[in-house]
Amino acid sequence: MNTSGSEEEFCNERTSLMTTESPPVSSYHVETGISSLEDTQTKGRRPITNESNNREADHEGESVERDSTADSEDEEMSLKYGAKHVIMLFVPVTLCMIVVIATIKSVSFYTEKGGQLIYTPFTEDTTSVGQRLLNSVLNTLIMISVIVVMTIFLVVLYKYRCYKFIHGWLILSSLMLLFWFSFMYLGEVFKTYNVAMDYPTLALVIWNFGAVGMVCIHWKGPLQLQQAYLIMISALMALVFIKYLPEWSAWVILGAISVYDLIAVLCPKGPLRMLVETAQERNEPIFPALIYSSAMIWMVGMTEHSAVQQPSHQETNSDEEVGQSHHDNTEDNRNMVVPETEVHGAQSRTTSAVELEEERGIKLGLGDFIFYSVLVGKASATASGDWNTTLACFVAILIGLCLTLLLLAIFKKALPALPISITFGLVFYFSTDNLVRPFMDNLAAHQFYI
Amino acid sequence: MTVAVFFGCSFIAFGPAFALFIFTIARDPLRVIILIAGAFFWLLSLLLSSLVWFIAMKASNDKDQQLQRGLLIFGVMFSVLLQEVFRFAYYKLLRKASDGLAALSEDERSHISVQQMAYVAGLGFGIMSGAFSMINILADSLGPGIVGIHGESQYFFLTSAFMTMAVTLLHTFWGVVFFDGCENRRWWVIAVVVALHLLVSGLTFLNPIYEGSLPPAYVILVSMAVWAFFSCGGSLQNIQQFLTCWKNDAGSEVAS
Repeated sequence: MNTSGSEEEFCNERTSLMTTESPPVSSYHVETGISSLEDTQTKGRRPITNESNNREADHEGESVERDSTADSEDEEMSLKYGAKHVIMLFVPVTLCMIVVIATIKSVSFYTEKGGQLIYTPFTEDTTSVGQRLLNSVLNTLIMISVIVVMTIFLVVLYKYRCYKFIHGWLILSSLMLLFWFSFMYLGEVFKTYNVAMDYPTLALVIWNFGAVGMVCIHWKGPLQLQQAYLIMISALMALVFIKYLPEWSAWVILGAISVYDLIAVLCPKGPLRMLVETAQERNEPIFPALIYSSAMIWMVGMTEHSAVQQPSHQETNSDEEVGQSHHDNTEDNRNMVVPETEVHGAQSRTTSAVELEEERGIKLGLGDFIFYSVLVGKASATASGDWNTTLACFVAILIGLCLTLLLLAIFKKALPALPISITFGLVFYFSTDNLVRPFMDNLAAHQFYI
Repeated sequence: MTVAVFFGCSFIAFGPAFALFIFTIARDPLRVIILIAGAFFWLLSLLLSSLVWFIAMKASNDKDQQLQRGLLIFGVMFSVLLQEVFRFAYYKLLRKASDGLAALSEDERSHISVQQMAYVAGLGFGIMSGAFSMINILADSLGPGIVGIHGESQYFFLTSAFMTMAVTLLHTFWGVVFFDGCENRRWWVIAVVVALHLLVSGLTFLNPIYEGSLPPAYVILVSMAVWAFFSCGGSLQNIQQFLTCWKNDAGSEVAS
């Protein structure tokens, strides 16, 4: 079955790398001992400008005039927060991968050959290895160029302030995911477990699931429900990729997209970097429905915010978007990990009455979730080493994410989250499947333990 | 093979490790990270040792069973040595990270002590080792089949589960003792840990004569537990205080 173009659209926008427009202030400032975010919070609710002053001081590397105890206290807190944020991302990434692996292992639909996407037109059922390799490289080139084109299109739209178009596009793609794909998924699960289901009940369930999802993702909703929905749609998207990408093409695409991620985020003229910088200039948060946000602080103050900020509602007011639920990020922050700084600053301005925990969130693009899950799902679907390979890829991806977050703490600007994890994942997949599997199989057969 | 076997074996193999994780590690993010990094280091050691074994296997005669068995034994020994090397490397890494953390904090102390890191690192090694040994067997136990149909032992799953549990806990205790030895520059401790690891792995060569491999492994497990307890500051007074405080239910302090 060839999927329609719109499906690819939203997966492209999700896979293109973009940083949040949050200014490059990180919550962890290990070396110089300044943490402007902790500063903002410990010293009370300062307005955003003060925070930006602190940030500039940060960037120049000078120490703010504080005593060393406050410095080291903040560093301590920032490091504690660092570990906490890593876990705040470990949990959703793990959940997404578990959902994908559980589905792959139980529902055979997603491992059956069912045709290919129109973006990967070359078949892999060829006679020679060279031909197959060539076809997969061509598939990759087409897919990556589609993604690049989509990303540039999105950046252009954003630059020329066509917000309505972008919002419409996002809403259309989430509609598709939440209704059509979850309907297909549910159908396949029922087929696998031979569950009898009637259409009225199914319609009710899908309607409720989809409607609540749309509300949660694009408007307001409890933080955890929104996170759950984002995890579910990432898992659904990853399952689609796992089913419709041919095997070798999938691996080459994974490798190519991490390279693209690296270029798009770090090069000065990269589309995602331009998107981030534009958003930062305009002081706007990123688009909803494209970033997973792990902030815990907003749950406490969210109702206050919406009450406070509704009267002053403006379309591009970042405060308003802060007041709404966290996916009010106007930018594609797909494969980027960004610390939530400016949003935090805006929020702290308006929540002086509310006792908030000193928590700071971290954002990870949905494309990262999708591609991590694609890697692990493909590993569990196609590896003959079965669970060992899956486990190895899982650990490799988590360690890659940990290293990426460490780099984020050091460099304090938006970073691509794909390259390190995907590299580790690919290395571990191929080496575990070809080297470790025969070794462990032999050991298990003889019951030797190492 | 039934679901009961699956659940029974998975609880035997992973129950203690899972309980340790839930009660001591899951709450603290730093410990979770150290655990996963420990698992990663074990994985790296396994990767390198399988590479060596694979090259040796490919370079040798496929048909010669004795040779292949000998190569496998060599692979196991080499893997054990490499695991200990990576344990030492992980100790070095954690030491450096801990020093960094301590230098940055206010009172020059690190949030997490070396013994805690040793325990978590050992558990990480153990969980990964156990998972790699046991998961495929557990997955097979859910499917159809008859255990030992060609005359092998009936107790394949059960003994695998018990061995996995022993190895997981052994890795934990070895981690504690190893790091303690490195901290205090007692190199004989490291040599003993390596020797015991080689011994436990070597005993598994006696499988399926399970009397030769399982009871000695458990004896070593108990002695390692006692050694690890005393090496990280435990004492008989501690146990006594812990038990009496528990019984008294008074608010008296328990020595850590």
